[in-house]
Amino acid sequence: MEPEVRLSVQRVASVDPGMAPQDRTATMSQPDLVGSAAARPGVADGAQPTASTDADIKIRVRGLAFHYGKFQALHDINLGIRERCVTAFIGPSGCGKSTLLRAFNRIYELYPDQRASGEIILDGENILDPRQDLNLLRARVGMVFQKPTPFPMSIYDNIAFGVRLYERLSRTEMGERVEWALRKAALWGEVKDKLKQTGTQLSGGQQQRLCIARAIAVKPEVLLLDEPASALDPISTAHIEELIDELKKDYTIVIVTHNMQQAARVSDYTAFMYLGKLIEFGATDQIFTNPARKETEDYISGRYG
Amino acid sequence: MSRIEIGQHISQQFNSELEDIRERVLAMGGLVEQQIGDALRALVEVDSQLAEVVLRGDYKVNAMEVAIDEECTHIIARRQPAATDLRLVVAVIKTITDLERMGDEAERIARMALRLAEAGNGGARKHFTQIEYMGESVRKMMHDALDAFARTDPEAAVAVWREDQRIDEEYEAIMRQLITFMMEDPRSIPVALDVMWSARALERIGDRARNICEYVIYLVRGKDVRHTSLEQMEKEAREGRGA
Repeated sequence: MEPEVRLSVQRVASVDPGMAPQDRTATMSQPDLVGSAAARPGVADGAQPTASTDADIKIRVRGLAFHYGKFQALHDINLGIRERCVTAFIGPSGCGKSTLLRAFNRIYELYPDQRASGEIILDGENILDPRQDLNLLRARVGMVFQKPTPFPMSIYDNIAFGVRLYERLSRTEMGERVEWALRKAALWGEVKDKLKQTGTQLSGGQQQRLCIARAIAVKPEVLLLDEPASALDPISTAHIEELIDELKKDYTIVIVTHNMQQAARVSDYTAFMYLGKLIEFGATDQIFTNPARKETEDYISGRYG
Repeated sequence: MSRIEIGQHISQQFNSELEDIRERVLAMGGLVEQQIGDALRALVEVDSQLAEVVLRGDYKVNAMEVAIDEECTHIIARRQPAATDLRLVVAVIKTITDLERMGDEAERIARMALRLAEAGNGGARKHFTQIEYMGESVRKMMHDALDAFARTDPEAAVAVWREDQRIDEEYEAIMRQLITFMMEDPRSIPVALDVMWSARALERIGDRARNICEYVIYLVRGKDVRHTSLEQMEKEAREGRGA
């Protein structure tokens, strides 16, 4: 009987009164996933959410191991990232959360001596397969880093640059795409009159939103955020978090953060990692009120491990 | 693990803040327990002076509630407690609300005692043995509930929770007896009503002690057992954590 009660509570909390009717239905499906997950025994045990159907899972990780040279940074990771949800990875420095995130678009391949084994299934395809086209993968799985990294070019070109790699658009279409991405990233109002200025002149928070706009301009399916707000002030952080909430209607979002309150605020699911292992994975509400594992409890409540 | 650990935070200050609200709840509970005991004695021994002492003491209970509430608000604002810490703060906020209401019930009993003393009370005495007996059960139950809170022991909490059924039965028995008295002699009605209200106050204190037991299970096991069956509660108290 519990899930129903929870459901209605969630619904009130997550539906923004200013939202258009069609957006409402998009968020409505959210709460029942979150609500029922807490009651699901598979989730509370700290294992992967076994009861969930694979249909909702965008990325399925199976037996993933990761090595930096001889050092093994990830051990037998198994979890499912749910579509159109925000999943947060938390854990102390060196626990492997960024490594795991970076495996999702194989960006680690830029460095020699780093390798992943196991399976990362994105919509039924193992992206660790050597035959996987990396450019295509990175168009589907976008990434935003801790420090804002605008290209040294105009705001307009910052966004158009990536789009040109994958699509051939007319000037008007490109203009529309740039506006769309900037609007999505909640930056349009602030930059619409200075699209020709360089991106590096923007404030840190604006630069970060520019990077998010750039990431979504190529219309990826998954967005990876590696500490996207750790270098920002509280107001810019609030903008980014609001944006994450907005973006999850269309994208699957995975976020790595040191800020536990941020994970609690923005995510639907939380994975706690420690020493390269996935310790607990479950609904964020459950993890932050009643974690199943003592290691999780100690970490989120600031106790010594 | 049945007990919770609050002294393990990296922040020593946080440890002492949590320890502090916990201790203050117990101190407040002790005060309320004393108020209830004094109110009962004032009633049974027809001691109007003691009744006055209880009436004057209620403000202390109220002040403690306000102070602890404020401290909890500060902890939430400054520490953003999570997991057990969060549940402790929530359990404390709820517990002190119930304690304050128990204090109000003690005040109510003291008022009855005062009125019965002023009215010459002759007819009331014959009911006191039962009230005294019920009062003792309630006071013990409340004491045990606080003890379960102090030791964060969910299984003890369930045991105390169960005691409330007996108190309800004692209350029913007093009601039936009072009705008989009132039917036999309508002149006894005013006194019988006062006795009835006192029994009612005691019964409510039992209910609130029961609430505190439910918060203890929530605090330790993270499961909200309000409005569930006794079987469910016993199960959660035993296993709780998906062990």
